[in-house]
Amino acid sequence: MIGIITGALAYLAPVLLLQAEPSFAKRFEPTLINFLMLSFLLFVVGVAGVLSRRNIIIIFMSIELILNAVNLNLIAFSRYLEINKEALTAKGLVVNPLAGPVFTIFIIVVAAAEAAVGLGIVIAMFRNRETVAIDEIDLLKW
Amino acid sequence: MLKLVWLIPVLPLLGFLFNFLLGRGLQLSERTVSIVACGVILGSMLLTFGAFYEYHWSFNPANEDNPYITSRDGFPNSFTWLPGGPAHTSLGKDAGKLANFNIEWSYQIDQLSLVMMFVVTFVGFWIHVFATGYMHGDKGYYRFFAYLNLFMFMMLLLVMGSNFMIMFIGWEGVGLCSYLLIGYYFTRQEAADASKKAFVVNRIGDFGMVLAICGVFATFGTLQFHDVATAAAAYQTEHLWQFGLMSWLALGLFIGATGKSAQIPLYIWLPDAMAGPTPVSALIHAATMVTAGVFMVTRTNFIFQRSVTMMMIVALVGCLTAFVAATIGITQTDIKKVLAYSTVSQLGYMFMGAGVGAFIGAIFHVFTHAFFKALLFLGSGSVIHGMHHEQEMPRMGGLQKYLPTTYKTMLMGWLAICGIIPFAGFFSKDEILWKTFSTSVFGGSKILWVVGFITAGITAFYMTRLMALTFWGEERFRKIHAGGEADEAYASAHDKGLADHDAAVADPGDRPMHQPGEHVGAHDKSDSLDAHGVSHAHFEPHESPRSMTLPLLVLAVGSVVVGWVGIPHALTGGANLNFFERWLEPVIAKVHEPPRLEALGHSSAGVTSATAATAESAHAGAHEATDPMEYVLILLSLAIAVGGILLGRLFYLKRPDLPRVWAQKLRPLYTLSFNKWYWDWLLDVKGVQAGKAVNDALWKVDAAVVDGGVNGAGWLTRFWAKVTGWWDKWVIDLAVNATGFVTKVGSYVLRTLQTGFWQNYALLFALGLFVILVYYVYPAISTTIKGFTGR
Repeated sequence: MIGIITGALAYLAPVLLLQAEPSFAKRFEPTLINFLMLSFLLFVVGVAGVLSRRNIIIIFMSIELILNAVNLNLIAFSRYLEINKEALTAKGLVVNPLAGPVFTIFIIVVAAAEAAVGLGIVIAMFRNRETVAIDEIDLLKW
Repeated sequence: MLKLVWLIPVLPLLGFLFNFLLGRGLQLSERTVSIVACGVILGSMLLTFGAFYEYHWSFNPANEDNPYITSRDGFPNSFTWLPGGPAHTSLGKDAGKLANFNIEWSYQIDQLSLVMMFVVTFVGFWIHVFATGYMHGDKGYYRFFAYLNLFMFMMLLLVMGSNFMIMFIGWEGVGLCSYLLIGYYFTRQEAADASKKAFVVNRIGDFGMVLAICGVFATFGTLQFHDVATAAAAYQTEHLWQFGLMSWLALGLFIGATGKSAQIPLYIWLPDAMAGPTPVSALIHAATMVTAGVFMVTRTNFIFQRSVTMMMIVALVGCLTAFVAATIGITQTDIKKVLAYSTVSQLGYMFMGAGVGAFIGAIFHVFTHAFFKALLFLGSGSVIHGMHHEQEMPRMGGLQKYLPTTYKTMLMGWLAICGIIPFAGFFSKDEILWKTFSTSVFGGSKILWVVGFITAGITAFYMTRLMALTFWGEERFRKIHAGGEADEAYASAHDKGLADHDAAVADPGDRPMHQPGEHVGAHDKSDSLDAHGVSHAHFEPHESPRSMTLPLLVLAVGSVVVGWVGIPHALTGGANLNFFERWLEPVIAKVHEPPRLEALGHSSAGVTSATAATAESAHAGAHEATDPMEYVLILLSLAIAVGGILLGRLFYLKRPDLPRVWAQKLRPLYTLSFNKWYWDWLLDVKGVQAGKAVNDALWKVDAAVVDGGVNGAGWLTRFWAKVTGWWDKWVIDLAVNATGFVTKVGSYVLRTLQTGFWQNYALLFALGLFVILVYYVYPAISTTIKGFTGR
């Protein structure tokens, strides 16, 4: 119940605030830097997961986080370019806002393929070693 | 037939290739080998007859004085053997003569070469036939005939070549074949030494020959005989004691001739060459090769005649050789050695004839000598064969009963060489003596005549001695055992304590009928088998087989009749029956015309045209025939020949004790002759030993200076190698090892980084990325931060 209420408040608070003071909309409108910061946070969380977790499944998931941080980055820049198209074109730059989304789709496809291959490796590894903890898989040393 | 002359030398070459290449591999039978070898020579002989016929009777008579030169007279297969020309344009203005350095491979068919071709092929063919019988049973049968055929090829090249080069090829080729055939029994030390000696001595002569050929080319710019003859006509004749260009050329050529034709001082190889098989002695060292020098002098008479000095030297050397060799021949006991010295002596006659301008007489003597000396050699071969390889005359005697055919044919040769009137030797020798007596080339030739005349007597004497010791008198071979090679067998038998009749031949040597182990020496028929069941060769001397006697008969007939082509005018009452002289006349350059011809104005252009000269000489010859001195000389020659024969009969038949008595009385002369005038000794001691001393000195220089230099260089190299080795070991290697060591030690540290725990790697990667980011992005970040803080 508290959760529902809290969630509803969290959802409603901005709406209410916007109705009370419409200039807030302008104030809380997310800008490019906000997306980049979010993307950076996601990236850092992903890297931390990759570096610190033992379970290889978790590591995979962390990698997905990293990839999605990148995707978010791309989409954010695409949006930024779309909005500022005229201004940037006026400065003499070539603006192509669609490159980002297309590239994102590629990344998603590659990530899916990678997940399939990676999980196949994990299964094969598990069959061999009865474990998916990577600190026990350290054959590549002198 | 003239179109086919190229086949004449090629046929023996084919025979050589066939026997030499296939003889061993196919194990050709003696029959095959001999049929091929003799067949090709027969072919050459028939072709020679054909060429002779066509040249004399069918060839354009207007050109009779001109030789038929294959490269010039539309011969289809002639080719330039050594092309010259453009290769020498770099010489600038000096290229003039060398630009013509085109050596044609061409043959010159003229009267002279036809005579020589006839001698070479005809006598050569019969000697081949003889050899088929003589060499029967020899292991190297095919090799022997291959060499003989090669010799025929080279000899035909020599006499047929139309320029100095082709002649020189043949010249060297016959020398090679002579070497190969003298050393045919190369397992015998004597034969090996003799072949080496012949080769080396011939090289000395050939040295002069090569120089002369170079000189001829440098002087005349061509080597074709015909062109050189034309060019030489423009040169002045050098008078006595003048020694100009022509004399030098002639001297070089004559040195070559002394080597090949065994004249003083280079005659020493010929007697030793008797170590070869007897047919070789007959073919090469009597009939053909050794006369190459006479042929060459005659062929190049246009040069010799330009130098009176050299003509005199040739005549002197010839005369001296004739005399010295004849005196040596008196005391030799080996039948072949006597004939060898006789050959040297007869060659001396030929050179004497050439020297006094009687080139035709010299060639005539070559012609007749080829017949009777080949006959004598083959006869001696037959005797040696019949005596089971006995060569020492003191162990023969009385053989006429056992070898009747050989004896009868040898008689013809004996009479021919002695100079009895209807036989061949008389006409040629007499012509040389008469021309020597009457020559107008230089004065004082009467002395030469006297020496030649005495030599004729000596010749008759030692040839009678040969006949007496071999065929007449008592049969000494029953008393005295065989000698020569057999002597060694006896000595060896004595050493082993065996009886004489057990002596066996260790090596067949020049005894093809003998196999190793066969017994030697003459034995009575009463000898029976010994305890070992071995027959001790109870032989009588026996007549040779048909294949050996037939050539003897042919050559005997030749020895009688071949002289008749050159009957002197004096004996025919003015009728000119001297076909030989008329035939050869165009070959001889007309230089020394008798004064009365010059008075008639025939030599105004330096040299009269050959045709006119022929007619004039024939005319002049008819005049000379009336000279009463010639009759006197003929009678004197006959007298001394008969005297020599009678003296020989007296010494060796009637009074066999006389030789010993006179040898005692004339002890110094006898020793001189027996030791061959010490010439061999002189050459050996003074020449060869001095040469060896020089060589020793040079060797010491070599050991001290050259070897010292070489060793010094070696030592220096070794020393330097040590230095560089030290450097390599302590510097280069140390650096290399240090590198390895550092790497090794460093790796202990560095490899601990490789944990195998890949999150470590990822962490490092991330940290590195962070550092790089900070490094590169920091300026932008700091600006941003400033922007934030500054706002």
